[in-house]
Amino acid sequence: MNSTNPFALWRWEALFQNFDNVGSGFLRTFQVAVLALALSLIVGMIIGILSTAQNWVPRSIARVYVEIFQNIPLLIQIFFMYNGLAMAGLVLSEFTIGVVGVGLYHGAYVGEVVRAGILSMPKGQHEAAYSQGFNYTQTMRYIILPQMVKSILPPLTNQAVNLIKNTSVLAIIAGADLMYAADSYASSSLNYGPAYVLAGLLYFLLCFPLATFSRKYEEKLKKNDSIVVDIPEVME
Amino acid sequence: MIESMKTVFTQPNVLFLLDGLKTSLLISLAVVILSIIFGTLLGLVRNYERRFFGKVAGFYIELFRNTPLLLWMLGCAFLIPGSTILVKGSFALFLYTAAVVAEIVRGGLNAIPKGQFEAAHSQGFSFFQSLWYIILPQTFKKIIPSLLSQVITTIKDTSFLAGLGIMEFTRSGQVILGKVTKTSEVFLIYGFLALVYFLICFTLSVLVRNWHNRNSENV
Repeated sequence: MNSTNPFALWRWEALFQNFDNVGSGFLRTFQVAVLALALSLIVGMIIGILSTAQNWVPRSIARVYVEIFQNIPLLIQIFFMYNGLAMAGLVLSEFTIGVVGVGLYHGAYVGEVVRAGILSMPKGQHEAAYSQGFNYTQTMRYIILPQMVKSILPPLTNQAVNLIKNTSVLAIIAGADLMYAADSYASSSLNYGPAYVLAGLLYFLLCFPLATFSRKYEEKLKKNDSIVVDIPEVME
Repeated sequence: MIESMKTVFTQPNVLFLLDGLKTSLLISLAVVILSIIFGTLLGLVRNYERRFFGKVAGFYIELFRNTPLLLWMLGCAFLIPGSTILVKGSFALFLYTAAVVAEIVRGGLNAIPKGQFEAAHSQGFSFFQSLWYIILPQTFKKIIPSLLSQVITTIKDTSFLAGLGIMEFTRSGQVILGKVTKTSEVFLIYGFLALVYFLICFTLSVLVRNWHNRNSENV
């Protein structure tokens, strides 16, 4: 007779005999996170640059994008892509929805980080570049963005942590990610305890090193009196 | 379009959706209040108690900051015996949000100059008196924008409870979705859900920005 304790030893043995499921879920989460992160960096860079433009048209476009994506829950956006777009004839795979949905959502947050980064650069940097005959694009490309990367690295890394955690919403649309794999194993075997603990451990293994790096790097920047981009509004 | 609006926004449907919205907002309110209390405690302990309890608070915060909310919701729902799924799911949201609040509070505490503590001590305030009368009031004034933006995040996070089948706003929208067949009706419902969340969160975010701008002008 097996013990009924939710964390009994035999439950762990059963879990590790089925490690393949959770393992492939972990791989899926990792893939979605890397691609979504790449997408959010591209989108965020564009939005950040647009939102610091002189002209009000690109600025408004960036503002509207950020407000829409930040103020509607990620789950609603994912559901819309999953059900709504499918009804309209655009059927996307769960994998694509994960990458695009999470990527576009976090793109708005990365955009705010990039904007704060550009604004944190001393005005003299722009003026010095212009005085040397650099145009706007060249100034951004060679002067502002390279210097800014260092100071926005800590908030960007925090975004990466939140992005990894948010890929777990895929579980709600059966996205075969780590959360889904753990949950479906848990509900079929009733080994809830070990399955959730293992999933938590794997998420922690992905996120904790990034979060620690972010904190250490920010402390280092502060100690060197470098520019630190600290934006309390961009918490997600 | 008008036809679709008539089929979607019937009186029982609208009342049903509003009921879900009420649940979402009540959960958010309870979670925000409780997690500000617990989060402040955690932040204080982590900052000022360097031995056992400080380590425990640190471990708690790191654990919740580096694992997904949905995992805690599912874990609480299936591993805590008794109670309703609504309470257990909201409890997970509370545990998770408290860890975030703790970090916000800690950031605020570290921004208070050390001299404030020393001045309070020199006036005969005990440690707890200095915290209560001198340090915490200043800390909270500083972190109000961050806390408000955490309120926005919490409102958005309640939508995850739909994954547990809790009848909050997102889930009630899904129930209505199950009753319609036309594409325009589906779009209308998603549009309505998005718009309501947007109006609530956007209004709060405008408050955050105004507060931030006003206070950075003062400094």
